[in-house]
Amino acid sequence: MELYKLQTPLDEKTIRSLKAGDQVFLDGHVFGMRDKTHIEIFVNGNSPPVSLEGYPVLHTAPSLRKVDNKWEKMVIGTTTSMRMDRFVPKLIERYRVRAIIGKAGLSERSLEAMQRFGACYLAIVGGAAGLETLQIEEVEAVYWPHLHPEAIYQLRVSGLGPLVVAMDAHGSSLYETVRTRALDKLPEIYRRYHITIEHNLAPIDRLLSQMS
Amino acid sequence: MSEMKIQIDYGLIEEVAKDLYIRALQELPPDILKALQSACERESNPTARTILQTILRSIALSKEKKMLICQDTGLPIYLLSIGEKFILDGYRMKQALSEGARRATQSYPFRGSSLHPLTRENPQTSVGYGLPVIHWDFIPNGDYMEILMVPKGSGSENMSGIEMFTPADGVEALKKYVLDKVVRSGGNPCPPGIIGIGIGGSFDSVGYLAKRAVCRPLGTRNDDPQFAALEEELEEAINSSGLGPMGLGGDTTTLGVHIEWSYTHMSQNPIALNYQCWAARRARARIGIDGRVENGF
Repeated sequence: MELYKLQTPLDEKTIRSLKAGDQVFLDGHVFGMRDKTHIEIFVNGNSPPVSLEGYPVLHTAPSLRKVDNKWEKMVIGTTTSMRMDRFVPKLIERYRVRAIIGKAGLSERSLEAMQRFGACYLAIVGGAAGLETLQIEEVEAVYWPHLHPEAIYQLRVSGLGPLVVAMDAHGSSLYETVRTRALDKLPEIYRRYHITIEHNLAPIDRLLSQMS
Repeated sequence: MSEMKIQIDYGLIEEVAKDLYIRALQELPPDILKALQSACERESNPTARTILQTILRSIALSKEKKMLICQDTGLPIYLLSIGEKFILDGYRMKQALSEGARRATQSYPFRGSSLHPLTRENPQTSVGYGLPVIHWDFIPNGDYMEILMVPKGSGSENMSGIEMFTPADGVEALKKYVLDKVVRSGGNPCPPGIIGIGIGGSFDSVGYLAKRAVCRPLGTRNDDPQFAALEEELEEAINSSGLGPMGLGGDTTTLGVHIEWSYTHMSQNPIALNYQCWAARRARARIGIDGRVENGF
């Protein structure tokens, strides 16, 4: 496990040098986005009004306060990434986003896109929004403010982390490793606690599964 | 002496409802903090230890700087226990709690997370048709009332579920359901948290039982030894999975398994699992008949 302090924008070479399990702290800029933002880009077909090339996208919906036409941070934390998963491959391919910062990881398809185009997934500690807010120095710009709190937020960060490289650009996912190990362990756990039942279905689902 | 009943001060209830929401978002209950600290001391996986240390650091910073612990301000849930000595006007009570939650959101101000399920329109008030969620309970002869406020975040709520098994499936099916669900949820519900389980009842009440279970302080066990034993067994089994904090591997996947139960139908075997993330926020106030407010968790 290596520890890195990186400055954004990130280049492909730097990303490809990261391995699952490494830890990263970030300086520079990240762009905050979430559900509605992705829908605006990929369903409504509107390109982001700012270049995301080389930058990390953070899955967030911040609490902000507008004081004299300036956005002030109240609390900024990270949301579950899986809801944005279907858009991530296109986000990486089309807009050259180099990292996704989120929690709980993404699918195999996103992992493939990361491998192909040179991007990675950086896991932040979910729920630790107090710390995250203090590591975000300023909300420099809000693009598509009509979508707030699901707009695009340009955030200047200092020492954002620790971020765990949970999915790297070599097709390796720490989530997958841990989940596979846990699933492999389940049969032994069942035996230990005398669980012999095989199905995990309610009567209605069993009935439906028997009907063709 | 015969019936001496006291009117409820709904202005006070509104203030308390507002303060509870804000306090719950800023400060974790001591039992949760203690459990996270001891998990951190026990942890043998270096990544997991870093995660738990980061969690503890963030909690301390939020308390010190009066910031929210998590950006997810949740759905507002109020659990009431009202002493018999109070004269209750249910509608005014609902209004007072709703106003309290709205004022907390707009005065702080924090992000309102509640919205219309079809139009997805968010009024930024945290309340709306059917919200806040209010659960009512009554204390025979009681000369006080308790309001427990729980802001329920969605990362963990989204990993919750209900299953209606058959009697022949037995307790085994319930155990398997819990284990499979927790392992498959991975890091999504922000482990290590509380696994709240409802067993028995009807479709609606089993979910409520699971919710009550996550509201119970850590370190408590079900009064019934059979259910207490099941809590311990499931806790051990879940933690032996190695899923760990944030699903990235480690010794602690849950801080505690809590079960609440009730009788059920002879042809039913229902279970509900309500997942609570590590940021298990709750704030409690006890209001006496003299109007004195005592704060707790």
